[in-house]
Amino acid sequence: MHNVAQKTQTPLIAYLLRLGDSALVLGQRSAQLCGKAPALEEEMALMNVGLDLFGQARNWLTYAAELEGEGHDADHLAFRRDAQDFRNLLIVEQPNGDFADTMGRQFLFDAWHVHLLDGLTQSSDPRIAEVAAKSLKEATYHLRRSSEWVMRLGDGTEESHTRMQRALDNLWRFTGELTQFDEIDQAMFEAGIAPDPEILATRWKATVEEVLEEATLVRPSYDTWMYTGGKVGHHTEHLGFLLAEMQYLPRTYPDATVW
Amino acid sequence: MYAQLVETGSSKLKTLDEMSPEERQFQERINDEIKIEPKNWMPDAYRKTLIRQISQHAHSEIVGMLPEGNWLTRAPTLKRKLQLMAKIQDEAGHGLYLYSAMETLGADRDEEIDKLHDGRAKYSSIFNYPTLNWADMGTVGWLVDGAAIVNQVPLQRTSYGPYSRAMIRVCKEESFHQRQGYQILLTMMQEGTDDQKAMVQDSINRMWWPALMMFGPSDDNSPNSAQSMAWKIKRHSNDELRQRFLDQTVPQLELLGCTAPDPDLKYNEETGHYEFGEIDWQEFFDVVKGNGPCNRERIEARRSAIDNGAWVREAAVAHAAKRQSRAA
Repeated sequence: MHNVAQKTQTPLIAYLLRLGDSALVLGQRSAQLCGKAPALEEEMALMNVGLDLFGQARNWLTYAAELEGEGHDADHLAFRRDAQDFRNLLIVEQPNGDFADTMGRQFLFDAWHVHLLDGLTQSSDPRIAEVAAKSLKEATYHLRRSSEWVMRLGDGTEESHTRMQRALDNLWRFTGELTQFDEIDQAMFEAGIAPDPEILATRWKATVEEVLEEATLVRPSYDTWMYTGGKVGHHTEHLGFLLAEMQYLPRTYPDATVW
Repeated sequence: MYAQLVETGSSKLKTLDEMSPEERQFQERINDEIKIEPKNWMPDAYRKTLIRQISQHAHSEIVGMLPEGNWLTRAPTLKRKLQLMAKIQDEAGHGLYLYSAMETLGADRDEEIDKLHDGRAKYSSIFNYPTLNWADMGTVGWLVDGAAIVNQVPLQRTSYGPYSRAMIRVCKEESFHQRQGYQILLTMMQEGTDDQKAMVQDSINRMWWPALMMFGPSDDNSPNSAQSMAWKIKRHSNDELRQRFLDQTVPQLELLGCTAPDPDLKYNEETGHYEFGEIDWQEFFDVVKGNGPCNRERIEARRSAIDNGAWVREAAVAHAAKRQSRAA
């Protein structure tokens, strides 16, 4: 079993795990929606977003595994770590719920992801800058799509408005992790690897405010209580089940080296 | 693949002399291998047959996403997950593309989907079988997409233009899926553990006969084939295609080092073809009539996706109307 926490983990590796794990877990949530979309066109779009996120996860985790130097690969990190070693944001592990929950989660994440990736394209680490540049194109499309859905549902019918507002109110407590930063975020910023976390927070807020206003939705307060911990491995109850399903084959057949 | 037992509404072929001038011109065009396009005159029965066949084909693509979606969340590596997701996405694309071809005949996508949900429209029998282990993702690609390709390659020359063009595009992607599926099995057979090899054989044991059934009933029990062949909607008989599939598949089975669950399977030196045992047609007709292992689950999954999404689609329409009235 891989236990990252017990090994010396540089801030850069920890940071890459945050990037990779958030993409992986949100990709897995998209995969769970296969065959359940409200229209065929959305089925395609959901798979499209999932494909992008899994691709990004593979890039970030491959780099993290290389830096670890333990001879592992991205698959080992994805399929052989337990929940406490995952560093994803809490918002991405939240259940799919209804389409408002799904799109609300996607939007709040995308609005952060786009600005983060945009900043990472200027990273002093060329490998990160390269992955970010490719991912930014994808995330820009994700944000356009999720913003449009938040606006459609927010400013659609009475029912869709109620559902969208409820989803937003429910997810809001997980957005603290998008705007608060810790010593790892700070260290990455100081090393020129990652963008200024304060500027990132400001940009996220601006995007969210613009879309929610257009969507006729009430933005919950920034000063409300926030549920945090994903970035240090303290997760919600949902992650364990998501991983149990995702990791089932490599864990059941630990001797299998190829699939 | 994916079209079995398509009704043509006629059991007797008309000769050219018995046809009206329009029908005759239409049939001559087909005989000359000129494609029928949406604006051309066509007999009502030809139109209806095509709508049935193309919608059945489209439904099969969409329902066919479900047995694969069953393993998408459990794919064992990131590479396999990406491949499987891309394959499922292609299938959704094929479905959309085929529904569009169907709409050129004046059919309505939502109405045809309603027919699927209330049991009036069919889809390929194969998707009513469960996917029970990871090797099924290989077998579905290898056998199911393989059978589909054998069926669809001739359909690239089918008489109706939009359907023919859809098939050309679909075939390219299906060939890719088939190779990927075979690769999953080959990797496990050549480099896998005993458990993985057992998984592959178990999967082939379950999927073999249902894959052979995909070509539909045997020729002497296929009442609609003659008309479909005359219209060149269909270009080869069910048994011909089944034989072609078997002849190309058995050597691949041997390369895997696996066996088929058919004690009568053998190569005939004289004919140059493989011979196989009797297909359990009772099982085939049971599955087609709704009594397969997963018929209820598949339809329920499709219906609930569409029903649960009703409020979303209504919101999208309402929002578009608001936008339009604000712009006006």
